[in-house]
Amino acid sequence: MIPSKFEYFAPASLAEAVSLLSKYQEEAKPLAGGQSLISLLKLRLASLKYLVDLAGIAELNYIREEGAGPSGTISIGALTTYAQIKESKLLQSKCPLLPQTASVVGDVQVRNRGTLGGSLAHADPAGDMPAAILALKAELKAVGPQGERWIQADDFFLGMMETALSPDEILSEIRVPVLPDHKMIYRKAARRPSDFAMVGIALCLKARDDQTCEEISIGVTGVTDKPYRAEETEKRLRGKKLEPKIIEEAASAITEGVDVMENMHASQDFRSHLARVYVSRAIAAAGIRS
Amino acid sequence: MHRVQARINGKDYEHEVEARLLLVHYIREKARLTGTHVGCDTGNCGACTILYNGKPVKSCMLLAVQANRAEITTVEGLAGNGLHPVQEAFLNRFAVQCGYCTPGMLLSASSLLESNAAPSEAEIREALEGNMCMCTGYQQIVDAIKYAAETMRASTGKSL
Repeated sequence: MIPSKFEYFAPASLAEAVSLLSKYQEEAKPLAGGQSLISLLKLRLASLKYLVDLAGIAELNYIREEGAGPSGTISIGALTTYAQIKESKLLQSKCPLLPQTASVVGDVQVRNRGTLGGSLAHADPAGDMPAAILALKAELKAVGPQGERWIQADDFFLGMMETALSPDEILSEIRVPVLPDHKMIYRKAARRPSDFAMVGIALCLKARDDQTCEEISIGVTGVTDKPYRAEETEKRLRGKKLEPKIIEEAASAITEGVDVMENMHASQDFRSHLARVYVSRAIAAAGIRS
Repeated sequence: MHRVQARINGKDYEHEVEARLLLVHYIREKARLTGTHVGCDTGNCGACTILYNGKPVKSCMLLAVQANRAEITTVEGLAGNGLHPVQEAFLNRFAVQCGYCTPGMLLSASSLLESNAAPSEAEIREALEGNMCMCTGYQQIVDAIKYAAETMRASTGKSL
């Protein structure tokens, strides 16, 4: 399988990449690790006239802590690979949800090439990283011809492979909060380890010693045309004692208001069932009895 | 057309290529190194696995132009004076049936043993998640990699 013809650019700076995108608009696309886009081009599910390879932009690959204490954050360059996230000692100790999630994306080869920014900007409805980014309430930096702007994770995913980025904007950085009192869990149901999620649940949970839920955020992927926050489930748990009956009732709302996907991997019923079971399991894995 | 310079198995190659040429086709048809196989062509099977700047990647999931100035190892570059211990182990432990997946398996396995001299069975299986074999059922491949780890530790005199 061979992609249709396109022109290739390898800009050395973000500014140069943005100016190429603003010149060619919808006819161009940025290329990060290519583990989704190159497949789409080969299968000719996507075709474009101009490909702007970001790999030469050294300023987009880093993981660093900004500020200390409860208001501290970690900034991650968009071109940071899954393998780098998985192996980052800083993330393992201060934001374990990201390494945990990155370690179940694809396989070794995919994790060596695929990037966090690529996964988010591509917005596959069954991608793993988007669920984690939603649960963390991350902020995403977009750089375009008018300068930079920050987008909340909740406002970023708009639909099937559709994001808040305009065609001339590049996602350059992902900023996540340091949440030392939160338990973080990613649970994924897939046919085989290297597959996309049929259902993926990312959970950030802060509970008191008496098991009262203080704060909770749940990112869901694989279920509908875009990753989403399970707001109704969160609402039913926030401020409540995390007891089996309450967890079960809250889990039953995980797909509420959502048009559940159906495909060869799972029917609507099975997928909804998996979502209920996996959110309960994620809460259990966070050390809450259920 | 774009000029691509790549160092493959320690040798420098330079070619004019179309932007849409996949790296696996560059390796097979321009550099004429046909040990790297095209299996599924969709990024699932791992038969086209190479070491790209030291790490296993699928060469059907990269464009040749992306590999400009990259350092690449293909299966032809594994053997030194004799076969690589992983190659010896695959022979010794009958880890080959039709052989189509073998080049990719060898590179994934050698990369694992580079960073982990004594992998557990679970670690070996994780390292092979991206390499499919339709013949062996994987057991002999896992056994061969364990055996290769042992022989490599014995030859470097490291005991664990």
